[in-house]
Formats: sequence, structure tokens, C-alpha cells
Amino acid sequence: MMAKNKKTFFIKINGKDYRAKEGQTILDVALKNKIFITRLCYHPDTVVQGSCRLCLVEIKGKKGLFTSCNTQVEPHMDILTDSEAISRAKKTNLELIFTEHCEECGDCIYQYSCTIKDFAKKYNVKINKFPDRKKNHPVHEFGPALLFDSKKCIDCGICVDICKKVGACFLEFEKVGDFYEVMPSSKPDKDCIYCGQCITHCPVGAFEGVGEFEAIENPLQQKDQGKTVVFQFAPSIRSTIGEEFGMPYGSVVTGRLIGAIKQLGIEHVFDVSVGADVTTIEEANELVERLNDDQAVLPMFTSCCPGWVKYLEFYYPEFIPHLTTVRSPQIIMGGLIKTYWAEEKGIDPKDIIVISIMPCVAKKYEIERPEVMIGDIKPVDHVLTTREFAQLLKKHKIDLKEVKAVNPDPFLSTPTGAGVIYGASGGVMESALRTAYNKITGKKLPRLDLEQVRGINGLKKAEIEINGKKLKVGVANGAANAKKILEELKENPSAYDYVEMMACFGGCIGGGGQPVPVNDEIRKKRAQALYNVDNRQNVRMAEDSPFVKSLYNDFFKNHDILHKVCHTSFSKKDKEVYPKTSN
Amino acid sequence: MSDIIAKLEKAKLLGRGGAAFPTHLKWQMVKDQKAETKYIVANGSEGEPATAKDAYIVEHYPELLIEGLSIALTTIDHSSAFIFLRRDYFKKYKTKLEKLIADLPIKVVAEKGGYLSGEETMVCQEIENGLLRPRHKPPFPGQAGIFGYPTLINNIETFYYVAQIAQGKYNNEKMYTISGDTKNPGVYELPTELSIKEILKQTNNYPTTDFFVQVGGGASGEILLAEELDKNAEGSGAIIVYDKKKTDPYILMDSWIKFFMAQNCDKCTPCREGTYRLAQMIKDKTIDKAIFDDLLFVLENTSFCALGKMVVTPFRSLADKILKL
Repeated sequence: MMAKNKKTFFIKINGKDYRAKEGQTILDVALKNKIFITRLCYHPDTVVQGSCRLCLVEIKGKKGLFTSCNTQVEPHMDILTDSEAISRAKKTNLELIFTEHCEECGDCIYQYSCTIKDFAKKYNVKINKFPDRKKNHPVHEFGPALLFDSKKCIDCGICVDICKKVGACFLEFEKVGDFYEVMPSSKPDKDCIYCGQCITHCPVGAFEGVGEFEAIENPLQQKDQGKTVVFQFAPSIRSTIGEEFGMPYGSVVTGRLIGAIKQLGIEHVFDVSVGADVTTIEEANELVERLNDDQAVLPMFTSCCPGWVKYLEFYYPEFIPHLTTVRSPQIIMGGLIKTYWAEEKGIDPKDIIVISIMPCVAKKYEIERPEVMIGDIKPVDHVLTTREFAQLLKKHKIDLKEVKAVNPDPFLSTPTGAGVIYGASGGVMESALRTAYNKITGKKLPRLDLEQVRGINGLKKAEIEINGKKLKVGVANGAANAKKILEELKENPSAYDYVEMMACFGGCIGGGGQPVPVNDEIRKKRAQALYNVDNRQNVRMAEDSPFVKSLYNDFFKNHDILHKVCHTSFSKKDKEVYPKTSN
Repeated sequence: MSDIIAKLEKAKLLGRGGAAFPTHLKWQMVKDQKAETKYIVANGSEGEPATAKDAYIVEHYPELLIEGLSIALTTIDHSSAFIFLRRDYFKKYKTKLEKLIADLPIKVVAEKGGYLSGEETMVCQEIENGLLRPRHKPPFPGQAGIFGYPTLINNIETFYYVAQIAQGKYNNEKMYTISGDTKNPGVYELPTELSIKEILKQTNNYPTTDFFVQVGGGASGEILLAEELDKNAEGSGAIIVYDKKKTDPYILMDSWIKFFMAQNCDKCTPCREGTYRLAQMIKDKTIDKAIFDDLLFVLENTSFCALGKMVVTPFRSLADKILKL
């Protein structure tokens, strides 16, 4: 039914002509032409919900009001985005929406950018016209990762849809009393994978990370209890946190970020991309070993995304042997800080508090996994998301825009370009292949940029020729895309040799701990910024890092230590979330 | 144009589910679509309170329903059919219908949801085992219905009259369900052009005391006063008689709003929250006219599907004519 050549024609919006294409909605045309239309339940990442009933327009010659999000354009349509009837309807619907949204503004990821409050002002809405229908609704806790405060939920359906698009299908509409409510699934075969896409897609802040807002100050305070508090930040943070301070999408702020952390009174700042370089070496080694061993399980899957790992452990445990045993960059880096660095500095690891700034709420879950312990040492003590850390800076009146960039420590905080691109979907694969290629052939890849695995497409496939043999690789972002690869492997076990999987769209730059809003355009800019960093770097292969070299020549000579710091294990997971609610 | 579609047009048959869309146009639309699979559905959801004519047809004239469906099956290529029944009807009539169906490609299925499941796009969601929420139109089911295939959905009564038209026996009749404070309730088959007043008189149901009626359904129907009965009984053909003295308008409104709140899908703001606020006002017996009007305004103009829009008619007509707000 898809027309090959879509007709283009003109429509009028508020008296002005705009070019439109068959199949577009009125909202599509309006957005393209920067005409603002009030809306809450529209997100370009999901299917059109049509539930909030705010994006109303009038169409000349047609009776009544129309929602622009799901009304398709027709030639010569003459559209009004404002009228007395439109204002009356928007005002009333907003007043109804506010009966579901308790006004806890200080504790909200949108506290500085709240659309619903702006609309209220614009349409003269009496936000407490009706009593709060949801004041006794529960808060649902999803493991140590995130919360759903159903008191704030406006039932728009975006979270249910994005959860389905991710592939978890854990959020669903369920009839509770008189109403269908968004609920965590109680079905035994559904569980949360902690990706947090619900957080970054909810238009009204009903989801948040565990500890978001109320607990961000706590880890810092341990400084006053005689602890050495150190920070480490994930690869993707450098190209996203600027957004929280009004900087353009894709601004790289590595030096400012280090400066800002130091302004909090923290002396030691580490770059998790350095941990990523170690992950790369180990993962490339494991890949080469598996490729050379007829008995080894192939394809090998990446395991640095804890959301993806949880997905696999719960939904496809039969594939667990495919996961690389190499720990994620955050856990390796934390481990190195508490072993290598602690030894060097002569500090008891028990007196070191490692705080990670992560793009992700699943990372809060990852640090609690018992498998990541090094004896009785916990590699990472606290995880703050990008949003939480920005909030912490704001609380301390530190404006990242105004902070002077500070050079990283030349050794432990200076990653290769390969470690930086971990933040984008395809980055782990690209880094590991640069190193694996070198390891197998003794040569550098003819072209280090593996364009085939880059970009925001959910599913990328490529064949990389190494020594005349074709290595089949796959890159999936969004667990639902990972599922496609798993299903393909059930049919054809040799379809791939190496697969990178990330739970979130676009990889970590699109993570559940990242700033809002997010969409394809924003994800592209965030990812591109990381590739630009890599491109400008002299050292672009993990094995060329002076730190990595010295680590393997010295500290990691002890294989027991290497194993303890760099490797982990996985196991089949039973349902972890539900029912757990608190008020 | 096929013979039967021409006949349907000539007979001016309108859909009997309530929306009164010309049947021949629906048939032509589905017939004209190019698809390797098409579906036909006889809709027996009959969720409107005080309406019982679909059951009446299945009880008394099941062979005509099957005949109507079998005509549709031959008119529309690559098609198979469903008889979609509310659960109690399914239990009662499944075996009987399946006997009559014999080898025809017709499946009798039970509805999972309630009132809203009679809505066309919901019928598709039901048969697909999808989320029980209506879809946006367009596309209409005639273009992309069950599993995206062109789908003809007609009420059971419509198929019954299709069979009569094919046999040349159609007398421009329609089914009326009469109930309420009246002597002779029941389902009656009478001419389409009869006025409500005549229908009540001919069936010996015209009240002798002060009364008003609700026409079109026991929830979504319009309130009409005794002096307004010179028009036809539209919608599903239900006529409910209320004795004015015995009827507490708040109790009546309470029953409607409870019905709508229980049956709606809670997808869109006006229908989910608006009906709830109406319910609160009715429960407290304090209707603020300005708020009441605003709520009906958004229900009528901004609801996602027909259910929310249908809430308006009974409340507005009762408020105007009986409560005189």
C-alpha cells in the first residue's frame, strides 16, 4: 500500500503556506516548520499515542477539533493552531491531566524544563481545579536502578511503548480498581532490564533513578569521614553533560568536567575510557582465543552493558556462554583504582570511595552484582547518572559552562580514542576489532574507522576481512534488536562471530541516565562528538596506551590479579522486580 | 458493481450497529481493495444497555444471519468470516450457529472486552489478540482491519437484512428493543420510517402517565420528551421508557456514568478523567454548570474514539430537558 512517489502539496497553517507530503501528519509539518503545538504524549522514538489530546487544531470546513499528531495532511488543508475552542479544550484537558500529576516539582528530572508547567501558564490552567486523583498511588521500585512514581503518571502510554520497543515489555497497562494503570508486569516471564528508557521518555518525570535528587549528596559526604573519595566518568559523559548546562548537543567537555569535579573538592578524577582500553585488550584476547579454538563457543557477545546482560540472563539464559567474561570498563576501572592505584598510593582500598558518573541506571545495578567483587572489595561504591551529577553541580552552584578546563592526569586519566568511542553503539566492537586485527595479523587495520558498525541504526551487520578470513560481526542497540540476532542465531548458529549488544538506543550516549530530551538527532550528535575525539587522538588503539603497556608489563604479570580485576561470570536470573512498592 | 451491492444501494440499507453508515459503500470499499486475504465480521457485541435485537435475530433467524454472511463471502474475494459475539451470546449460541455454518469459512468467536469491543477497530484488536484499545482511524477497517487486511464489519442485524434483500423479501424494516417503565417490553420488527410515538403506540407501549424516553441505547441514547417523539428511533433502535415520577435523574445519570467508566479503555484524557469527574459531580449531586459544560465539550471534541463522544448525548439532553441546568 506504500505509494512509491509520495505526492507533495501545500497546506495552510495559520494562514501561511507550507509544503507537505502525503502521509505526513499535521504535527510533522508543523514541527518541520518550527510551529509550536502543545503536546505531551508525542515522542519521535515511539508510535503515535494520541492519548493526551492536547495537540488540537481546527481544520477549515471540518466540524470539531482534531489532534495534529494523528491527523494526516490533505491537499489544501487550511489549519488553525489557535482559537477559542482550541484554548478551551486544551485548558480543560490540562486541568484533567493535573488531577493525575501531583506537583512534586523539586524532585523531578524536568524541574528546570517542565513542559506541563509551561502549558499551565500559557493556558491559564488552574492546576488544582480538581482534587488529586492519584495522591495515594504507590511508588514502584525496580531493583537498585530506578523508580516509578505512579502518583505523577499521566497515562500517556509512552513508557509502555518504549519498554516494548526496547524489548523488555515489562511495563504494561493493567486494570487496577476503576482504571487501567501503567504497571510493572507481574507475569513470571517478564522483568525489568534496568535500561531506564522509560525515564528519558516519560514527558512528566514519573520515572527516575534510585537516589536521583534526594541521595546525590551522600557519597560526597564520605570525604568528611576520612575516606579518599575519587570520581570516574564514563566515555559518553563528555559529550552529553554539557546539555544540562545549556550547551549545544555534542559539546565535548572532558576538561571542564574534570575541572568541575575538582571544584567539588575531589583531588583524583579518573576516566573510565582508560578502563575501556583494558576491556578492549582483554576482549580482543578472548575473541582471538575463541576464534582459534574449535571447541569454543561462538559468536562471542559483548558484556559491558548491564541492561543487555540482564536481558540475556533473564530472557535467553541459554546464550550465557556466549558472553565475554571481561568486565565492563566501569568495574575494571574501579577495580584498578582499588588495587593498582591504592597500592601505588599506599591507601587501604577500604578507605577509598569510588563514585562513577554513568550514562545509565543499570550501572547502579551492576555495582551490586556479587560477581564483580574482588575478594571483599567492591570496585565501585556509588553510581551517579549524568543527570544526577549535573544536579549535584547545580546544587554546588557550579556552572559547567563557566568552569575552566583542567588537563587530565596523563597516566590514569588519559584514554586512547578507542576507549572514548565505547559510548556509542558499535564503539566496543570497533575498539576490540582494531586490537584483534593487530593481534592476528601483526598489522594495523588499513583504515581504523569502521564506518560499517557506526551510526544509530538499531541493527548493523558487517564482514571484516582478517588474514583472508571473513569475520562476521553484528551490532545491536535496543534489546529488541539484540533479540533479532539471538533468534537468527537459533536458526543459524554460525551467522556471526562477534556481536556487540547494548540495551539502549544508540548505545550509552542514549542511556537511561542521560539528559532529556533525547531523539535520533540528539543521539547522532552525541555519538559524532565521541568519534571526533577519537579522530583527533594520536593514540587510537588500546594496546598503544602507555598506561595499558605498563599495566601489562608489571601489575598484570600476576595472572591471578589480572583475572580478579578483569573477569567476571554470569548466571541465569529469576524475576527480580515485582511486586515491590512503597509509598 | 456486483448485483448484491446494487441491491443494497437500492434498498438504502444503513448499518444497524448504530452509526447508520450506508452498507453498500462499506461492501464496495472492501470489495475494491486488492489483497490476498480479506475478513468479514458479523458484529454481535451488542454492548449497549437495553438493546437485545442481535440476540433476538440469532435466537429466531440464525439461518438468515448465515445466509447474509455467505452472500458477503461470495461477494468479497479471498475472504473468511467471523461471528463476533458477546460472551453470554457465545455460550448460548455457539453450537447452534456452528451447526448451521457447516463447511462455510465462518468462525464463531467470543468477545473478551465489553462495550467498547463493539467498536470496529476494537473488533480487529480483539480478533488479533491485541491490546484492548481502539485504533486511530483512518485507516478504516475496510482499508486495513484485522492483521492489516481489508475487513468488512457489519452488525448482525445488517447481515440479516442483507439476506432478506437478496431474497427480495426486504420490507424496509428494522429491529426495535423496547424496555423500561412499560407494559409490553421486547424486540419488535417494524418499518424504518415509523416515528417513536407510532412505535410505542403500535406495540401498545405508549405510557399513560408523565414520561420521557431514551432512544438509541440505554447508556448513549438521547433523552426525548413526550412532545419530541415524531422522529425515527435512531442508533441501535433501543427505546427506553422512563416514568417521570418514579425516575431520579441522578440515579439514572449515576448508572450511565458508572457504565461508561467501567467500559471505557482509559486511553485518552477526556474519557478517562472527564468521565471520572462527571461521576464525582453526580455522586455529590452538585453539578457546576461551567465545569459540566467544559467536560462535555472536551469529551465531544477531543475524545480518541466514539465512546467518549457518545457520553455527551445522554448527559446533555438530560441536563437540558429534565434537570434544566
